[in-house]
Amino acid sequence: MHTSSLKKLSEGLRTRQFSSRELTQHFLARIDTLDPQINSFITVTAERALSQADAADRRIAEGTATALTGIPIAQKDLFCTEGVRTSCASRMLDRFIAPYDATVVKKLHAEAGMVMLGKCNMDEFAMGSSNETSWYGPVKNPWDLNRVPGGSSGGSVAAVAAGLAPVATATDTGGSIRQPAALTNLTGIKPTYGRVSRFGMIAFASSLDQGGVVARSAEDAAYVLQAMSGFDPLDSTSADRPVDDLLAGLQHPISGLKIGLPAEFFGDGMAVGVRAVIDAAIKTLESLGARCVPVQLPNAPLSVPAYYVVAPAEASSNLSRYDGVRFGHRAEGVKNLEELYKKSRGEGFGAEVQRRIMMGTYVLSHGYYDAYYLQAQKVRRLISRDFKQAFEQVDLILAPTTTDVAFRFGEKTDDPVAMYLNDVYTIAANLAGIPAMSLPAGFVDGLPVGLQLMGNYFSEARLLGVAHQYQQATAWHTQMPKGFN
Amino acid sequence: MTLTPDQIQQVAHLARLDLAPDRVAIYAQQLTNILDMVGQLSGASTEAVLPMAHPLDMHQRLRPDVVTEPNQREAFQAHAPAVQDGLYRVPKVIE
Repeated sequence: MHTSSLKKLSEGLRTRQFSSRELTQHFLARIDTLDPQINSFITVTAERALSQADAADRRIAEGTATALTGIPIAQKDLFCTEGVRTSCASRMLDRFIAPYDATVVKKLHAEAGMVMLGKCNMDEFAMGSSNETSWYGPVKNPWDLNRVPGGSSGGSVAAVAAGLAPVATATDTGGSIRQPAALTNLTGIKPTYGRVSRFGMIAFASSLDQGGVVARSAEDAAYVLQAMSGFDPLDSTSADRPVDDLLAGLQHPISGLKIGLPAEFFGDGMAVGVRAVIDAAIKTLESLGARCVPVQLPNAPLSVPAYYVVAPAEASSNLSRYDGVRFGHRAEGVKNLEELYKKSRGEGFGAEVQRRIMMGTYVLSHGYYDAYYLQAQKVRRLISRDFKQAFEQVDLILAPTTTDVAFRFGEKTDDPVAMYLNDVYTIAANLAGIPAMSLPAGFVDGLPVGLQLMGNYFSEARLLGVAHQYQQATAWHTQMPKGFN
Repeated sequence: MTLTPDQIQQVAHLARLDLAPDRVAIYAQQLTNILDMVGQLSGASTEAVLPMAHPLDMHQRLRPDVVTEPNQREAFQAHAPAVQDGLYRVPKVIE
């Protein structure tokens, strides 16, 4: 059951080949036996899962089920879940029981009827590209337990890659869906900014954060993204426009599409093996009828520096809410209020979060605001304009997701700049707010390589369609790591 | 651009962060490296470019001025570190 597509699972539930309870028990048992190896869950909600499964079984019997009713899913531990610890992988929120559900949680569980298996590990406050910054310890990559699964949605991808969950939610501020999906042979999509509600998604950088999904195929991703997306009056930046039919979009042929290849994403930084995999994927897409042409994104190389001003600036502001007073970690034995703030935050936040808060505070401080923050926002507009011009010439843009395959633990821990450069190919899409996805394209020495597709605003249906057609012609996405298949 | 340990202490104060003494020099070096990387931005020609604060051209929506939120004081205070009589407790503010 853990190798089946969501469509197959849905059919199995409807035709009573198995119940949602049996399906849920299957995944809970796998989590029990296999997760100690990879640490992909912070909290497993077995009891709640079984009661949701029973409710789903009743809905199926009554004929009020959706396509997803009764199918288990894992939630990144950054989405608030009422009555369940929502830690954001931080000591700060180690004992935080969310008092309400995120809109995504409400849509997937209360409305679609999916079953929540638990809350997935991640980089602390989604700040990281290796899952090494979690208060609950690193997640291991099921493809090689000595390597990182990527981040920040490392628990979500590891759980799905290892077959501990059929699908999982994730979030992407600078690549946190696509980079880990690439490193674990999954299909991950970050939709257009504003497509998925941010209500109840713990904020990191509000103008960049976007929820999405990691799955074993574009088709699986389409099912879940369809149910997650939509206007939400509770999110002031939610896009007030109808959601396209993503499942219908899967059937669109690639033939006739014009795909842009930006030279800026094919430079020396890319590993030779990755380059070969991406070149082969381009050939496959061409054989399916796509026309690949060069395209220019001249300001894209400034994405990483622009991001590491904008994102920390927003983070320093967002994370000012953790004061040790209203919720979250509170230091003991302090003399006065200022000490309470400082000690609670000093103890509650890990090193990477502290670095980003300080970086953000610095670039927003008097005397540096214009040189750093305002300049970064201007460069952000240049990057966004590049995409606008490119999409006047091409239907979508293709690039690698990462420069290389998964790296080993500790390799980049002490060098934040080296760690930040992991996201060199993914950040531009966040700055512009366009949808982007990663899909499996092959292997180098047994480790997965991801292919990135970027589309114009609200073109999720087209992106998923191209990915699906590619997956009809290839079998990379069906590969599972040894020991977990 | 080099950040000194003193500047790190000042930034940490502004951010209300208590830093372990042995971390200060490390942060100074790491933030200096990050600022060096970020320094590439100064080379970009941005004359007459408007800053972009948000990816979508959208305006703040308005809604009817009616109460939509019920009072949830008890639910929200349930996870506060210290409350008393419906109020949040903090250490003495006035010395």
